[in-house]
Amino acid sequence: MDAVATRHAAAARAAAVPRPDFRRATADAPWVRRLLTAVALLFLAAFLLVPAAAVLWEALRGGLQLWWKAVSEPDALSAIRLTLLVAAIAVPLNTFFGVAAAWSLTRFRFRGQNLLLSLIDLPFGVSPVIAGMVTILLFGAQGILGAWCQAHGIRIAFAVPGIVLATVFVTFPFVARELIPFMQQLGTEEEEAALVMGASGWQILTRVTLPNVRWSLFYGVILCNARAMGEFGAVSVVSGHIRGLTNTIPLHVEILYNEYAFRASFAVASLLFLLALVTLVVKKTVEWKQAASRASRSAA
Amino acid sequence: MTRASASRTRRGVLPGFGLSTGFTVLYLGLVVLLPLSAVVLKASTLTWAQAWEVVSSPRALASYRITFGASAIAAAVNAVFGVLVAWVLARYRFPGRTLVDALVDLPFALPTAVSGIALTAVYARNGWIGQWLEPLGVKAAFSPLGVVIALTFIGLPFVVRTVQPVLEETEVELEEAAAVLGATRGQTFLRVLLPALLPAALTGFTLAFARAIGEYGSVVFIAGNMPMSTEIAPLLIMTKLEQFDYPGATAIATVLLAASFALLLAINRLQAWTRARAGMA
Amino acid sequence: MSIEIQGVSKAFGPQPVLRDVSLSLPGGELTALLGPSGCGKTTLLRILAGLEAPDAGQVRLEGEDLHGRSARERNVGLVFQHYALFRHLTVGENVAFPLRVRRRPKGEVAARVAELLELVQLGGLARRYPSQLSGGQRQRVALARALATQPKVLLLDEPFGALDARVRQELRRWLRRLHDELHVTSVFVTHDQEEAFEVSDRVVLMNAGRVEQVGTPAQVFEEPASPFVMRFLGAVNVFRGRVDGGRAYVGDLEFSAPSAGERSPAHVFVRPHELEVSLGPVPGSFAARVERVVTLGSAVRVELRAPPYGDRLEAELDPRRLHALDLKPGDEVHLSPRRVRVFAGRDAELDSLTASNL
Repeated sequence: MDAVATRHAAAARAAAVPRPDFRRATADAPWVRRLLTAVALLFLAAFLLVPAAAVLWEALRGGLQLWWKAVSEPDALSAIRLTLLVAAIAVPLNTFFGVAAAWSLTRFRFRGQNLLLSLIDLPFGVSPVIAGMVTILLFGAQGILGAWCQAHGIRIAFAVPGIVLATVFVTFPFVARELIPFMQQLGTEEEEAALVMGASGWQILTRVTLPNVRWSLFYGVILCNARAMGEFGAVSVVSGHIRGLTNTIPLHVEILYNEYAFRASFAVASLLFLLALVTLVVKKTVEWKQAASRASRSAA
Repeated sequence: MTRASASRTRRGVLPGFGLSTGFTVLYLGLVVLLPLSAVVLKASTLTWAQAWEVVSSPRALASYRITFGASAIAAAVNAVFGVLVAWVLARYRFPGRTLVDALVDLPFALPTAVSGIALTAVYARNGWIGQWLEPLGVKAAFSPLGVVIALTFIGLPFVVRTVQPVLEETEVELEEAAAVLGATRGQTFLRVLLPALLPAALTGFTLAFARAIGEYGSVVFIAGNMPMSTEIAPLLIMTKLEQFDYPGATAIATVLLAASFALLLAINRLQAWTRARAGMA
Repeated sequence: MSIEIQGVSKAFGPQPVLRDVSLSLPGGELTALLGPSGCGKTTLLRILAGLEAPDAGQVRLEGEDLHGRSARERNVGLVFQHYALFRHLTVGENVAFPLRVRRRPKGEVAARVAELLELVQLGGLARRYPSQLSGGQRQRVALARALATQPKVLLLDEPFGALDARVRQELRRWLRRLHDELHVTSVFVTHDQEEAFEVSDRVVLMNAGRVEQVGTPAQVFEEPASPFVMRFLGAVNVFRGRVDGGRAYVGDLEFSAPSAGERSPAHVFVRPHELEVSLGPVPGSFAARVERVVTLGSAVRVELRAPPYGDRLEAELDPRRLHALDLKPGDEVHLSPRRVRVFAGRDAELDSLTASNL
């Protein structure tokens, strides 16, 4: 039986003529593929890859010691501290809001939902300079609440609180925008099942909803954080630009650059670049996890 | 059924409606609506005549020209090349594809100040790319071209990421049908695939355009910021604020806001169109 | 336009999908490729269309070898299960597509589109979009589009699979009438036996990449060539027994089995409608008990138990006979096979079912 099988296999192999000239009907000619790929890569190189490489190159050109010095000198450290502080306030606030908004907009139906959704997207469409401007308009010396602030000795504009407020405004939609489409797609079946089983609202949220959306939530938080730490335009308007006091990392980068301390500027900028890379890695991971959970959900 | 419970079932049975919606509206009002209304309030301290004078001053007009002009060009470049990049990423395999695919989102994730100094370093006269453009007489940094380059960078992901999913979801049977019906690959692309991509590409263009007109950080380093030529509108607003000309700044900001809102509306419509198209047949 | 398929084999990676398939399909006929999922029928169709290339073997159209001809050069018509209509084009533009890409003059295109839409009875709908049509209408548009360039061969891949039962039936009849009018050589893939029988002149039964039998619907049903064909084409009772010298033995029963040779185990197949039910014993019968009586509309299915012969046997009666016998669950009756098919040899799959019906 085995000998027969082997003979058949050998004959089959001999008869299997390779067909090198067959191209699938939906495949492009090799020259087309190569040309389009080359042009696309050239475009990406010019506008994306080369600038990205430039950050790393310029940052490390002076050697690791210079890099470390730039990153650890007092003004840089206080910029880092301030950036972290601002993020530590803005991100949790906007996360809390994002969850509440997602819950409200995807788990219920009511009039005005579309309006709310559009309003949430507003900060996205507004220039960051305008975002900073409104903070000044409200709390600056000539601002609407300016007199009140001065009377109570509270400094908001051109001080840290102003930076926090402007950052909150700018990073406001990120968590909500990640959660809302995902939660819409998920549907309410699992939460309704939990309700029927007697769970309270809080229990449903923490035991059913949040575990299901944890990756989208995580990515939203990471994006929100990246933007909070990296915001430049809005903070530039609101900050007093006082070295060591009201400068965030991006502002510090600008100062160094304007003083022609290029290597130091890029060194500090590389910190934010690394943050961006982490964000990209998280994005890919989240996409992969979401795809996996979608697959297992449909198989169930 | 009592009226209260009737409205509850109309809304949904899950708990927490009042709390979540109430908080959402409150937060939204405080953080977004209140500040934006400040713009309206402050702008209204000017008379129409005064506002018009600011908004149509030569310097302001020049800033609109460069802002809207460069944004439009950058968005158009991104529309064309974005479709190409999406096609190559979705259809072809080449070494490093996954890495490139991930990096497309870099302009989203990278702080604008970092992009700004990186682009300047690359396109300045002695920069990696700038040095090749110099002998050709092309001045990239510190010119309107530099503004376009920066705005192309930050708008890059918008078209690619809007078109890519549409490409990936297009059934292969459509292309097979076109082939069996006698179309060449070129004809298949022009007559079958491109029309399907059009709504997504337009949405991406508008998104990139909307983002570009408000962009500040990536542009101010490479632009040169010369009034009447490369001073973008956001920078003009910033300058007026530094001079404590709040009403003037507000007036120009209102122009930008009006444009942004009009674009947001257009984007909404386009996205609805895309969804409707996708739902057909 | 006759089709010759010789020794075609195809594997996707390590998985063989077609094994040395050879078929000869005369021109002008409507042939059904019938078989379970995964038997290779769709792959064979796609090879005919030029969307896949065989690893070995040849395909000839009216004597001409198609190897090297790309899908767009073959001028075959292909209809997909999910229509593959271009949703941004109107019905008329869809049908015109193959003519436009060949740069036919406008007048010719318009005339041909009108002619085709009349043919598929969608005359006034040229300006509609596919999303505005029903499933049945969309499939007719797909057919009109496939016929636009007067192809020599028409290929249909489970064309009615995505439609409701009623629409499916109507379209089946309609397709047959269309074929009778046009006489284009057609190959039609389906897993539905009833569909294959209703529509085609010739049925090709496929299983696991091989051709099991080729014949007219009557031929394959009355004279199945293998256990697979027997089982695929309708319900059947399977009994385990043995053959010896031209006779088959199952328990106490004995049948004539002229084609079987030496002593070997065998399976005896009896169709439900050829299992006679009687209240008392008759020659060649065995005892059974009624488990369930199911009314299927125009026929009645009786499920029975007959321990030494089988735990789940099926007999089919017409309602009059059922009335006459007045059968209820629990009744003791006698079954006699009127007509059997005997296949000698071991079939591991059948053995594991041990004479239960399928």
